Amino acid sequence: MKKIIKYSLLDILRNRIILAYTLLLALVSISLFLLEDNPAKAIMSLLNISLLIVPLVSSIFCTIYLYNSAEFIELLVAQPIKRSRLLWGVYLGMITALLVALLLGIGLPLLILHPASTSLHLFLISCALTVVFASLATLSAVLTRDKAKGIGLSLLLWFYFTFIFDGLVLLVLFQLADYPLDTAMIGMSMLNPIDMARIGMLLQLDISAMMGLTGALFQDFFGTGAGLLLITFVMLIWMAFPILLAVRRFKNKDL
Amino acid sequence: MIRQLYILVLLIAATVQGNATIHLVKAGESIQAAIKKASAGDMIKVYPGTYREKGILIDKQLVLIGIDFPVLDGEKKYEILTITADHVVIEGFEIIRSGYSSMDELAAVRIKEANYVGVRKNRLRDNFFGIYCQHARYALISDNHITSNGTSELEAGNGIHAWKSDHLVIQNNFISGHRDGIYFEFVTESTITNNQSHKNIRYGLHFMFSHQDIYTQNTFSENGAGVAVMYSRQVTMFHNKFLDNWGSAAYGILLKDISDSKAAFNEFARNTAAIYMEGSSRLSIYANRFVQNGYGIRIQASCDNNTISKNNFIANSFDIATNGSLVLNSFDENYWDKYEGYDLDKDGVGDIPYRPLSLFALIVERNNSAMMLFRSPMVGLLERAEKIMPGITPEKLKDSKPQMKPLPL
Amino acid sequence: MIIATNVQKKFGRLVALDRISLSCNKGQTIALIGPNGSGKTTFIKCLLGMVIPDSGFITVNQENIHQNWQYRKQIGYMPQISRFPDNMTIEQVIDMVRDIRYQPGQELDEELIDAFDLRRQFGKRMRTLSGGTRQKVSACLAFLFNPAILILDEPTAGLDPVSSELLKDKITREKAKGKLILITSHVLSDLDDLVSEIIYLQDGQLRFHESVSQLQEKTGEAKLNKVMAQIMLQKTAHQ
Repeated sequence: MKKIIKYSLLDILRNRIILAYTLLLALVSISLFLLEDNPAKAIMSLLNISLLIVPLVSSIFCTIYLYNSAEFIELLVAQPIKRSRLLWGVYLGMITALLVALLLGIGLPLLILHPASTSLHLFLISCALTVVFASLATLSAVLTRDKAKGIGLSLLLWFYFTFIFDGLVLLVLFQLADYPLDTAMIGMSMLNPIDMARIGMLLQLDISAMMGLTGALFQDFFGTGAGLLLITFVMLIWMAFPILLAVRRFKNKDL
Repeated sequence: MIRQLYILVLLIAATVQGNATIHLVKAGESIQAAIKKASAGDMIKVYPGTYREKGILIDKQLVLIGIDFPVLDGEKKYEILTITADHVVIEGFEIIRSGYSSMDELAAVRIKEANYVGVRKNRLRDNFFGIYCQHARYALISDNHITSNGTSELEAGNGIHAWKSDHLVIQNNFISGHRDGIYFEFVTESTITNNQSHKNIRYGLHFMFSHQDIYTQNTFSENGAGVAVMYSRQVTMFHNKFLDNWGSAAYGILLKDISDSKAAFNEFARNTAAIYMEGSSRLSIYANRFVQNGYGIRIQASCDNNTISKNNFIANSFDIATNGSLVLNSFDENYWDKYEGYDLDKDGVGDIPYRPLSLFALIVERNNSAMMLFRSPMVGLLERAEKIMPGITPEKLKDSKPQMKPLPL
Repeated sequence: MIIATNVQKKFGRLVALDRISLSCNKGQTIALIGPNGSGKTTFIKCLLGMVIPDSGFITVNQENIHQNWQYRKQIGYMPQISRFPDNMTIEQVIDMVRDIRYQPGQELDEELIDAFDLRRQFGKRMRTLSGGTRQKVSACLAFLFNPAILILDEPTAGLDPVSSELLKDKITREKAKGKLILITSHVLSDLDDLVSEIIYLQDGQLRFHESVSQLQEKTGEAKLNKVMAQIMLQKTAHQ
């Protein structure tokens, strides 16, 4: 599997998209910190951008790359290699490349310009989102034969998790305004990896406001380490589940 | 006023040095016996040791000085020092383990119907109430280190408790682990200066029906519910720090039915709500720094004629929140870090007004759980739409002269 | 070496393989023949595990190939249309496959690389290559690991006559070593003197599997295309 990671990573790094992505992220994070004299505000803007861009780029990049490496996969599938290892190899190659881009584009600038725990949090959350959406994109690509459908599906997933889901939650919230919803809210957030990431960041940025929420569950969630633990756990599930399902399907896919 | 009191205390000291006898109390001897023996105006010096005297009554003008902090132990049963005479000074004692009672408010030191009493440089540990002023006038309570380790509001008394007193000076004390750090009820014309009230169970400072008081340069941090100032007039609050008060009912400062008062040059950092105002009117809140609070100011619709100006609002989750649509307060000339306007004429004032009340703050006010959606891109879109065409947020709640740069505070 | 039992595969409503059962043995060179869409490529892909049959099973050397990958160590495959990662050079592709597949002690067969004189073009990227050159790379990879089974899907399509002959010579040499070789081709004349058996597929069904000598005897023709034409005629006459 190491060799497959190696070759797909080499192939991706030859690709200019990942370089462009790195430069874009670096440009955004550096300019935000240089133009904004209030680092807290810069972090906030960077958070907004990461919540939008990181999942989007991970989704699209991974789906397109998987379709484009159909040749590579076809070539290797006829070789004595376990199919699951082949997909794992390509997947790990993709997330390695994306994480390197993230490290150079966000991690390094943050480390130099604003070395604080919020920065570390932001970086880790971006990494988690990258892996989650790479997994989802891999699943979309494995499930659909048609390139346009696959890209469409992963874009739809991104759009759903970014906008539609929160809109629905807001709607539910106002429909059921008379009921105590704290358990339900935490439960619903777990169904959306972007929400989980965002709430993980709220734990850093807005903890004083979050402590104003009534409800014992919120107090426990935000006040103790329980929230962070739960978020980590749920994110791990979001990373693992789609890729495991994708590998399962890929094992039985006709190529 | 402060100066007058200093002079008084100095005078007491002068009289003692002039023509009074000095009585010495050594370990194993009785302080109460020495008090009986002494005559008004004398000084009693107490050598190191532990004195368990089941309550000491000071009923004549005396100066009690502890050498190297002799320990007065109330054995968790008794009130330790009760002062009923004017011009008494207590200095340099370690006063510990006062009695606890759910009926009586037993204290380490009680000043009862006495004037010109000084309690200075003592260490109070593990008491029910710390220093208790009852009908006291012109008392000086300074440089005491008052700690307890109470866990619930019922089991702990207040650090410095004043009731129906006036002209008190409370300064340079450190208070921690009590129910309220400093408690004032019907206390007028007093000053609270340079004290630190830290990690008390309920309020760092609790103020009721106490008019014309001044508190300055104090630090109130990590108290269960912050600071509460209620039902008072003409209170002056300058140069204080309100830090790290977290919880659904915790405030940097809770202003309830306060009028004609001023809060200026204070720093509010990392509180759930820096200021919560209810039923308050004619307050001037200016030149304060609001940094990294959940809410800058939560102003209820029952407040009117308050002026909030020339403050810095930086990195708060919400700058302003309110529960109504009526706006009877002004918010001009502040610096808001969320302001996105421009300044074409370069006069340092933004050309378009700033609306500090965000749509989402209103949503959260109505539905607490919505907070979980804070900073969601979806919510961002809604807010942007509301900023362009205000439909739900009150039209009049705005700063017409938002500053482009933080004010130098 | 290869035994297929009741292999069935449907793509939607289309039956690509309809209960195919056959066996291929060491030393045979088998032509897989049939009209377009008869299921030849699907069958080959089943052999390679690229397409998973709906039912039935295939064994290679008595090993069921389902969810197995080890058996592919014995197979060299040359696909109908060779697709390679666009950005890699010929050398990189060959090195990569070698890197992934090579096992210590294995003897590598680079005869074809030399025969096609591919080393001169090693630096060229795959996307710049003509279809024929890709086929050459593909052929080299199929023979590289000296496998016991060779599966060649339209090997000569797109090759110039000289290269085509080179490849046929190579196949003949491998045949002499006693390998099992499976070839599909439209150009029946290419298969003359090469194949020992014929498997004929139509509409996903196995029509017959017979040795060339038997067929020649039956039809009285020597050339393969003649043989096949004769059979077709007989069949239609029969109906």
